[in-house]
Amino acid sequence: MAKQLVVQTVNLTKNYDKTTVVDRLNLRIEEGDIFGFLGPNGAGKTTTILMLLGLTEPTSGTAHIYGYNSTREPLKVKRITGYVPERVGFYDDLTASYNLAYTARLNGLPEELVIKRVGESLDIVGLSPVAEQRVGEFSRGMKQRLAIADILVKTPKVAILDEPTSGIDPEGIVQMLDMIAEIAKERNMTIIMCSHQLYQVQRICNRVGMLVNGKLVIEGLLDQLGREALGGGRVRIEIKLAKTTSKLVDCVKRIKGVVSVERSGDLLLITCQDDLRAKIAKAIVDANGLLIEMKIQKYALEDIYRKYFREA
Amino acid sequence: MQGMMTVFYKELADHFNSWRGIILFITVLLVSIFATIGPSGALENIRAQLETPVQYGAGQYAFLYLFTTSGEDLPSFLWFITRFLVPIVGIVLGLDAINGEKNSGTLSRLLAQPIYRDAVINGKFLAGVVTIAIMLTTTILIISAIGFNVLGIAPSSEEIARLLLFWGTSILYGAFWLGLAMLFSVYFRPVATSAISSLGIWMFFSFFMSMAARLTANMLAPMSQTPTTPELLKNVGVQITASRFSPIMLFGEASTVLLAPGERTAAEMLQLYHASGARWMPGPLTLGQTLLTIWPHLATIGGLTALLFAISYIRFMREEIRST
Ligand SMILES: Nc1ncnc2c1ncn2[C@@H]1O[C@H](COP(=O)(O)OP(=O)(O)OP(=O)(O)O)[C@@H](O)[C@H]1O
Ligand SMILES: [Mg+2]
Repeated sequence: MAKQLVVQTVNLTKNYDKTTVVDRLNLRIEEGDIFGFLGPNGAGKTTTILMLLGLTEPTSGTAHIYGYNSTREPLKVKRITGYVPERVGFYDDLTASYNLAYTARLNGLPEELVIKRVGESLDIVGLSPVAEQRVGEFSRGMKQRLAIADILVKTPKVAILDEPTSGIDPEGIVQMLDMIAEIAKERNMTIIMCSHQLYQVQRICNRVGMLVNGKLVIEGLLDQLGREALGGGRVRIEIKLAKTTSKLVDCVKRIKGVVSVERSGDLLLITCQDDLRAKIAKAIVDANGLLIEMKIQKYALEDIYRKYFREA
Repeated sequence: MQGMMTVFYKELADHFNSWRGIILFITVLLVSIFATIGPSGALENIRAQLETPVQYGAGQYAFLYLFTTSGEDLPSFLWFITRFLVPIVGIVLGLDAINGEKNSGTLSRLLAQPIYRDAVINGKFLAGVVTIAIMLTTTILIISAIGFNVLGIAPSSEEIARLLLFWGTSILYGAFWLGLAMLFSVYFRPVATSAISSLGIWMFFSFFMSMAARLTANMLAPMSQTPTTPELLKNVGVQITASRFSPIMLFGEASTVLLAPGERTAAEMLQLYHASGARWMPGPLTLGQTLLTIWPHLATIGGLTALLFAISYIRFMREEIRST
């Protein structure tokens, strides 16, 4: 069954004076996707997003969200699209709940629903205890979470997040992204997310697109891309042993298909041609090793990124 | 519409909950009350003059004197309102209307909601106008109460009508300054720049306009060493026309005609002179004559405000909104 197309751009182009910032972009994002929008600084990601939301006009080409033209029917687009801008801001003198209530009212929510929805949203992002605190007193991370709550208040079908994790500590990033992924799944929300945190994008996105100098150099499902990019796909397996000995390392190395084994502390990083988890586990047990943990990463988004960035 | 009202209510609440709004309000109240009852303020002067009623046309507009009489060393309430209070309130309420939200990164979020862009600019403008109206209403009511209690005079129905007209005119005048400040807040990103721009224009009109008008007049209608009457009249005529480019002058004339129907502005005297050759002062203008006299002034201030607003609109409606 074909999924509904959520975002579609046709030859979307933006010029500033003479320089082309977004160049004939053709994007297709389907319902339920979590789309990682990647690219180096100045690639044109934010500009593309602004055109999707009707916050700036394309020089040529069109952008549609759920079939609505972003330039000509911006209100219809904005009714179903949530947006967290790059450097999200709130009214510092007002409380968190007042800020969110304003968003709710601007979306035409009936007054009896406003308070309820605001409370729920703050609860989900864990900001209920500071609901009545002025946003000016919030830390960067709290503001980013408030921005997610701001989207929840609206309950859109699509959420566009422009670097929602910038300025958050590593622990916070993981929490934040897990939260986003969970919300997306629960509410069947389509997510478009710009980020420079490749490892993090890989954790939650199923589809990525990479923009370099305004051109989409690669786009598709993450699994597929990984396989293509890394030539049939090498697999990286990470295992943790109770005690790592060189004897164990040797016996892993001897398994057919294993390309290399690296030791880093308690961890063994194994690169191989296939998913050899079963064989590796057996080899270790046979050699009387104690296997604590085993993880597989089919490829690293970073590798894909590097490859295409270099080519572009 | 619903979007505009939401913006309006929030902005209105902000004006009255922020220190900026509170300080403005207190300033307006204190200055106005002080001009009325301060030592050697209007009240003392009026009391002295009411005792010699002959001088003041039998105290026909005694209640209005409250607003127009100056004290020994203090200008009148009307002077403060014209030159200082209304322009400053209008400018301060509007100087960071749009660029403030750009700088704090809230405009991106605001415009990502399903509202038309003009809802933002309209809602903010309306909130500013209503704030000005509330401040003026309170001030006028307080001064009236003082007059009523201390002097024991009540306004006649004509005086009430004149006060209401003055009230409306001052709101329009405030809307002009608000529109000017909002225009700069659309055009300039740094709040300091937009603030200085509107304040600069206010200062020019307030302090240098009469000089500029005099220079223009001397250039266009030069006078000899011992000017003849036609020469003098021509010069003054050009001066008046030139100074009417200033909204301060326009409002000043209109409100003087409204609140001091017995007095004559220079422009009126010139008009009367041309019309009838009369050199004597005729009696006070009736309400109808007053309206006829001030109508062009009101239309000009209103037109200027609409123009400022239109320019802001054109710029704001198609502008790219980036959060960084
Ligand atoms: N108003 C403007 N006028 C001229 N050029 C602009 C304007 N706004 C952005 N640009 C240029 O457009 C290019 C793309 O900018 P954009 O913000 O879309 O990049 P980005 O991919 O979001 O980068 P980042 O990862 O740093 O956020 C940049 O080179 C920038 O200099
Ligand atoms: Mg960007």
